[in-house]
Amino acid sequence: MNRITKGQRVFAVFNYIILGVLALSCILPILHLLAVSLSSKTASDNNMVGLWPVEFNVDSYKYLIQGKTFFRAFGISVYRTILGTAINIVLIILLAYPLSKDKNEFTGRPVYIALLLFIMIFSAGMVPYYLYINDLGLFDTVWALVLPTCVPIFSVILMMNFMRSLPKEMEEAAKVDGAGYWNCMISIVLPVCLPSIATVTLLSFVTHWNSWFDGLLYNNDIANYPLQTYLQVILTNKAPSSIDESMVNIGRNMKAAQIFVTMLPLLAVYPFLQKYFVTGMVIGSVKG
Amino acid sequence: MKEEICEREVTCVQKAPPQGIGGWLRRVGRGLKRSYQLHLIALVPMIMIIVFAYVPMGGIILAWKKYIATKGIYGSPWVGWENFENMFNLPMFWPAFWNTFKIAVLKILFGFPFPIIVALLLNEVRCLAFKKSVQTIIYLPYFLSWAVLGGIMLDIFSANGAVNSLLNAVGLPSVKWLENGTSFVSMLIMTDVWKNFGYNTIVFLAALTGVDKNLYEAAEVDGANRWKQTIHITLPAILPMIILMGVLNLGSILNAGFEQIFIMINNLVREDSEIIDTLVYDITFGSRQYGIATALGLFKSVISGAFIVTGWFLAHKFSDYRVF
Repeated sequence: MNRITKGQRVFAVFNYIILGVLALSCILPILHLLAVSLSSKTASDNNMVGLWPVEFNVDSYKYLIQGKTFFRAFGISVYRTILGTAINIVLIILLAYPLSKDKNEFTGRPVYIALLLFIMIFSAGMVPYYLYINDLGLFDTVWALVLPTCVPIFSVILMMNFMRSLPKEMEEAAKVDGAGYWNCMISIVLPVCLPSIATVTLLSFVTHWNSWFDGLLYNNDIANYPLQTYLQVILTNKAPSSIDESMVNIGRNMKAAQIFVTMLPLLAVYPFLQKYFVTGMVIGSVKG
Repeated sequence: MKEEICEREVTCVQKAPPQGIGGWLRRVGRGLKRSYQLHLIALVPMIMIIVFAYVPMGGIILAWKKYIATKGIYGSPWVGWENFENMFNLPMFWPAFWNTFKIAVLKILFGFPFPIIVALLLNEVRCLAFKKSVQTIIYLPYFLSWAVLGGIMLDIFSANGAVNSLLNAVGLPSVKWLENGTSFVSMLIMTDVWKNFGYNTIVFLAALTGVDKNLYEAAEVDGANRWKQTIHITLPAILPMIILMGVLNLGSILNAGFEQIFIMINNLVREDSEIIDTLVYDITFGSRQYGIATALGLFKSVISGAFIVTGWFLAHKFSDYRVF
């Protein structure tokens, strides 16, 4: 190897410092949040907390456990996430498999593509959609949160690209034996698509857990808010309908505790995100 | 070799498909018969797309109607272009339009090069454990919602929050992040870049690992230092990817980030940070003028649709990109 010059050493030091600061900027706000949530109300309201709890106590978490609203919202979020993700996966696979065939095999593919491309560039817009969901009678039900996004196009493309990369010979043997497309899809293609299914599952999970605006639009009753919507309302007090003041006027430590619990499920799947999501997304974006 | 090609051409000519519309119909008919199973498989998702994406588009006619709740969208009376005229006359229309454009462009201007620089810096790191930990940590914010991050940001950017404490600690004066328009917009851009840079860094880093190692060795023999190697090897190698991502960014030129701004905005900074999307929300649920709100939403969606298509077109032209 070459000798390391002085310039290189100076660069290396700066490089480590810059990257270290960037990494810290991503993790410190969360540690600060955790510290605030574990501090007393007086300490947190007076901005005395840094990265370590002041007057350590778990009052805010006790308050959360006692409060019914927070848990109901949590339950709604879990429900919409599980239901929504399950529906997403089934529909993604059902659409991605035919689209992974070329237009000679899947006659009419260009028509499907045109229909999908159009909704990627253009949508009904907030007001027509809001009135439409109202007309369907989906307000204050979980279906208003699940059905509008039941076929995520981006995930369909991801899955389709993965299925396309599989060797064609795999299915041909089964077809010679007389298996139809359905059987081929279920017993041959799906088992090898598991990594890609994991990617779109995580994508759906994250999207459903994180979305809050649909909850705000399509619910008239605060009791039906999913967790992120509930959180957004208590943090910013922006709801079309008025809410209970006692929900908003709480200490900083209480708010911090609610934020932290809201992001817990994401922190729990973070290792999996690393494994499947990132590789899957990188493949998806690089292949384009 | 030449004979083979000839033979293939002959067979092609023999099997030449029937011409004209009749022939086309027959071919399509045969194709559909052969692939009907595939159409059946795609049936349910396609029905859902029709029902939940195409049917609601009918409601866009509201832009030319005066909405009367009891009559519904289709029974309400037509008013011609009145909603659009009123829309252009809204006092907040032009400010919101320029804010949208300004914020979106600034986000692209800072948010696009930043992950490339971070990826290049990470690529120079020799200590693998450090590299791996940084990679793992930096995309955490990408997966958090603006509801969560907005809550955190409103707290740490508040008058005596963590950011101002840090500024004071290094001898700088406090900044009124949530009260002064310009500071608020710069805060919006900073936090948006911060939320998204990690994920994009990982994507560019993946492209960097694909660069041929032999090139660096050859360059080292020729006496090129790391800086020159970066300029003459690494950057050109990932240039196609940079161009592709840059061109696709065109699609978000009116995408100032509704969720972020909706959560963080307050009346003190409304003039500098109200965007079209938040204005649509305010008109809808503030004054309940559904017709104007629909017209405004349509106005934005047509312009940004044109930009998305332009982006796709350029991406296809320069790097053979296909959406499907």
